[in-house]
Amino acid sequence: MTAILTAIAVIAAVGAIAALALAIADKYLAVQEDPRIGLVTAALPGANCGGCGFAGCGDYARALVEGTAAPGACAPGGEAVNAEIANILGVAAAATERRVALVKCCGTRAEAVRVGDYNGICDCASAAATAGGDKGCRFGCLGYGACANVCPKHAIRIEDGLAIVDKRLCIGCGKCVAVCPRRLIELVPAKATIHVLCNNPVRGPEVTKVCGVGCIGCHLCEKNSGGKEAGHFTFNGFLAKVNYENPPTDAVLVDKCPRKCIREDAHFETGH
Amino acid sequence: MKTVKSAFKFHGGVHPQYNKELARDKAIEPIPLPKTLAISMSQHLGAPAKCIVKPGEHVAKGQLIGERNGFISVPVHASAAGTVKAIESRQGPAGSWADAVIIETDANQAETPPVLLAPLDWKTATKDELLARVNDAGICGMGGAGFPTSVKLSPPPDKHCEYLVLNGAECEPYLTADFRVMLEHADKIRIGVEIMRKILNGPAVRIAVEANKPEAITALEKAFADIDGNVEIVVLPVLYPQGSEKHQIYAATKRLVPPGALPIAVGCVVENVGTVAAIADAVTNGAPLVSRVTTVSGDGIVEPKNVLAPIGTSYADLAAFCGGEHEGVRKVISGGTMMGFNVPHLAIATTKTTSGLLFLTEKNIFQYSSEPCINCGRCLRACPMQLNPAGISRAVEADDIATAEHLGVMNCIECGACSFGCPAYRSITHLCRRAKNSIRARMAAEKAKAAAAKKV
Repeated sequence: MTAILTAIAVIAAVGAIAALALAIADKYLAVQEDPRIGLVTAALPGANCGGCGFAGCGDYARALVEGTAAPGACAPGGEAVNAEIANILGVAAAATERRVALVKCCGTRAEAVRVGDYNGICDCASAAATAGGDKGCRFGCLGYGACANVCPKHAIRIEDGLAIVDKRLCIGCGKCVAVCPRRLIELVPAKATIHVLCNNPVRGPEVTKVCGVGCIGCHLCEKNSGGKEAGHFTFNGFLAKVNYENPPTDAVLVDKCPRKCIREDAHFETGH
Repeated sequence: MKTVKSAFKFHGGVHPQYNKELARDKAIEPIPLPKTLAISMSQHLGAPAKCIVKPGEHVAKGQLIGERNGFISVPVHASAAGTVKAIESRQGPAGSWADAVIIETDANQAETPPVLLAPLDWKTATKDELLARVNDAGICGMGGAGFPTSVKLSPPPDKHCEYLVLNGAECEPYLTADFRVMLEHADKIRIGVEIMRKILNGPAVRIAVEANKPEAITALEKAFADIDGNVEIVVLPVLYPQGSEKHQIYAATKRLVPPGALPIAVGCVVENVGTVAAIADAVTNGAPLVSRVTTVSGDGIVEPKNVLAPIGTSYADLAAFCGGEHEGVRKVISGGTMMGFNVPHLAIATTKTTSGLLFLTEKNIFQYSSEPCINCGRCLRACPMQLNPAGISRAVEADDIATAEHLGVMNCIECGACSFGCPAYRSITHLCRRAKNSIRARMAAEKAKAAAAKKV
């Protein structure tokens, strides 16, 4: 009996001492954390996508409160979240616009020439390192899904040898942009609806040799959208590019493109 | 001069089927001049040459068309007289794209005399003259990597070259180009050796040849019989990758090149026998490097041959010269079967490093799909660099490049010995290459970042 009582007493004493130590530590060694960090973390979407350039939402919140990051880098949150954060921090909200990834290629297996059988590792960078990849076009989508593998929202799927982004799921984190060995993914404003889905800047005859839907730089899209002054398109070599500062909206451009590489959103936003 | 057997065997290595009998007895045959040549400005390791001709211009054989552009770079010369049709981006054997000068050759080559450099007498010429000549003649390593030879021959002032190792191993299956050069041009190799000895201040010479080329050894013994100084022919055991620079140095001198270092770190300079013959030509005849011997072989070609072709000959022309393709060619490889590159189409043209062109049918290729590693350890036994290919490949598959780097993937020479023996058909070499590429990309990005930070 005494043994049990002794044990209870010893345990109780140890507990009391430890509790006292903790109470003292809590009082004197406490780290004063800015309460706004918690508030900002709660306001962020919690996707931990890393698109802002920080390790996760908590890390970004800390940087925001410490003033080392500017509000507006959270693509998934969009304007609403950025306004809320600006409100918590007491700064003016930077104007942000939802951006989504766009794969600038529409060369499906039927359209784009494949020059060989690739049976190596199923990864775009590996395919590109083997004789430059099996696609005849050296600027086009290889379709081995490096972008789909890194997408935190599973917004990219490979269909018919081509990466397709589901705009509704895309949070614009830009991970796919960084991983693509062909550098053909770009973040574009979500509200733009007309896109040039080609990344090949070489001369027309060379493009037509390798792809049925490659841009040849004929400038017809520019002419049909009100000419150069309208400024809806820019050109890089023999490649048209939508000027996303001033995107075209006229769906007629899609039909007028002789190479069928100008596409409307609806075409690639069919979902799963 | 004596012939010795190499006593030092490196760790690992494999024995692929060599299939050299297809072309080994075929004497070097020059190809009739093709109608068009596509001469790439990036035929070597390092910075591409700077193109100095314009479309429409008429060029003579041997005329300079690409200037050396940086320290690690070599000039490029026209391989035949003709008119420059265009300068356009063309795909090279390794798949990368570079500017190429497209020349439509003249039907009558005798009309335009070739542009030669002034012939030099190596005995009286100074060291600097000889070195300048090696550079001006556009000579780079003809074994495969294409390292500029003049850079190799000018070691840093604090390093002394003690051994000049001649690489005549030719351990890649099918290839016999170096073998034929040793057999037919042993005298040129001897002159090349004398020139290089002079440039490098008289190092000892080790001529390394694999034991499966006895005729070449006899020819070299004859040519070098009366040479003075420390010259030895080292007969190497037949083992792939015996022709790898580091392994050859070990076999010939028992010296180990530290990871990440060049052979000069252990006082060695390694040159391919073809390069040595080209140096002799450049000095004694003043001829720039405008042609090379390429083995066209494989069971998919009608008549395997060792072809002397001008640089820039398209693979289609080479195939046509060798009687064309058999029915059912499934794979065309530029280089040897172990380290060569798959070629997507035959419009690709030869470069200074094209040692072979192989046409393989269904019978000689193997289509497979990779399976998970079974931990058998065969790749560890095969790896000549004593790495852990199994661990590296698994790390890369899991996208864990840091672990792959920790396991020493940067020391991988991409010889393919690991993939060759893998019972699970894993593309281990391919995974190593992917890791190396991404590490290099990261290093380049870090370097650019540091440079940008310095500027600010």
